[in-house]
Amino acid sequence: MSSSAKESRTFAMTAGRKVTFSSVIVYIILIIWALTCLFPVYWMFTFSLKDNAEIFFRNPIGLPENWIWDNYKTAMNIGHMDKYFLNSLIVTVSSIVLTMLAAAMATYAMTRLVWKGRKMMNKFFMLGLTIPIHASVVPLYVVLSRVGLLNSYWSLIFPYSAFALAMAILICNGFMGDIPYDLDEAAFLDGCGVWGIFFRVIVPLMIPAVSTVGIYTFLQCWNELMFSTIFNSGEAYKTLPVGVQDLCGEHKADWGPIGAALAIATIPTLIVYVLLSKRIQESFIAGAVKG
Amino acid sequence: MKKKFGYRVNILLFLLPALFLFISVLIAPIVMSAYYSLFKWKGVGPMTFIGFQNYSDIFTMKTVNAGRTLKNALLLAAFSTVIQLPFALWLALKLAKGIKGERGFLSIYFMPVLISTVVIGQLWIKIYDGDNGLVNVALRAVGLLGEKDMIVWLGDKNIALWAAFVPILWQYVGYHMLLMYAGIKSVPPELSEAAMLDGCTEGQLNRYIIIPYIKPILKVSVIFAVTGSLKSYDLIKVLTNGGPASTTEVPSILMYRQLFLANSYGRGSAIAVLLIALCFAFALLINLAFKGDDTI
Repeated sequence: MSSSAKESRTFAMTAGRKVTFSSVIVYIILIIWALTCLFPVYWMFTFSLKDNAEIFFRNPIGLPENWIWDNYKTAMNIGHMDKYFLNSLIVTVSSIVLTMLAAAMATYAMTRLVWKGRKMMNKFFMLGLTIPIHASVVPLYVVLSRVGLLNSYWSLIFPYSAFALAMAILICNGFMGDIPYDLDEAAFLDGCGVWGIFFRVIVPLMIPAVSTVGIYTFLQCWNELMFSTIFNSGEAYKTLPVGVQDLCGEHKADWGPIGAALAIATIPTLIVYVLLSKRIQESFIAGAVKG
Repeated sequence: MKKKFGYRVNILLFLLPALFLFISVLIAPIVMSAYYSLFKWKGVGPMTFIGFQNYSDIFTMKTVNAGRTLKNALLLAAFSTVIQLPFALWLALKLAKGIKGERGFLSIYFMPVLISTVVIGQLWIKIYDGDNGLVNVALRAVGLLGEKDMIVWLGDKNIALWAAFVPILWQYVGYHMLLMYAGIKSVPPELSEAAMLDGCTEGQLNRYIIIPYIKPILKVSVIFAVTGSLKSYDLIKVLTNGGPASTTEVPSILMYRQLFLANSYGRGSAIAVLLIALCFAFALLINLAFKGDDTI
């Protein structure tokens, strides 16, 4: 065994393996904090399957005695969770598509086409990483109401895409930088113009960027509350967060169906998180470090 | 010559969607907000130029009281910096050391960040509920609260603000922890190994090697915690909507109230402009503070 391997093993032993009183305390605190993070979600799922009598008197935190799946039916029928779910999906997916397209096109113009000022233009877009959404609320509300777009999908798709744009350009910059320039030249010699190169060469190779931009944009849009309460609170087009909020306000007393509505709003996020936890965490880290 | 012109048009066309979104949603509104803030305006009808009066009105008018909302936001920022961030750092240090179940803990701690604030808020409303909320039920069970008594956590003027802070701080511990954890993992292992071989204790290693190394990330965390507190909206909106008697109001909620309940677009814009200016000012200050202090 080489001496460095031996050293690193002793290092690992002193750093991690010793069971001491203090390391037990650390574990206990870590577990308690994990329980406080898990508990609200656990509690939500259990009370979504109970009736008020059970939640209030017999069994506030245990597993349900009888699993009342009807609460979910009620949340769908009275709370229209299915409709809001669809609205959220339409808004989020459209925002991702629009963001991706605008970002890929702009990145192409700023990295593959040669012109004066392309570096400046990139810096200009990067301003978007620091501008808070509060800056836009009043003017956007005024403009959207003038052009009659309040309470529509567009009232959210435009702002969401615009605020996701800077990060998306940053991500696209990284991905597009990896595509060899030889490909552009070969396509050019085969008679492709800039549009041909973009759509036939660049776009197919940018597919991996879609998932990164998609995750980032999804996380920004799916739970967004400020724009959605202000621009889009009408019944027809409202998204899940607003729908859940309104439902909870109207049916304060029926805890079971409310729990079911909350669960319906949470399940997609949890599924995405379980499937992609590492990528999601990475995209948050990247967003913070670059922003 | 013609070809060159076509090339330029193409560049512009490629930039057009992004430029349109960016200018119409981000750049122009900032200018417009600043402009509106100088007028008395109900959103429709005539605009009357009143200079900077909106900016003084939001502080002097009793019904607006922007001073209180700023105080609440700064208080949240302070709690976030002195309680939430150190705790997040502690968690990150412990996890990054490579303990058993590291990934599991990390994923669990981060989960609340991803759950909709509406869901988190509604759950905490239930937890705080006066009659049947878990907090009161627990207090009754251990005898700290009489059988028929209740504490209305989010409805009592004296405690609502503190009660509302708890979920906000709780939700984002995982976010800061994740950033710091990533930073600690980027510390070159040779560095900590060398320090350990020189006889550093774990505390010394954290204090002299790891924390100085991740200073850039700590800076980002402090900036996020402070500007995030100034901009906070979601959870307060769901938990108390600024009540009772506006005691838990934060600037964004006040902005909403000025726009839609008081119909004053001028004052609403003034609050928005002030908020953005404050966020940039604090970000700058924190940057300077971290730059000036190279001794850690």
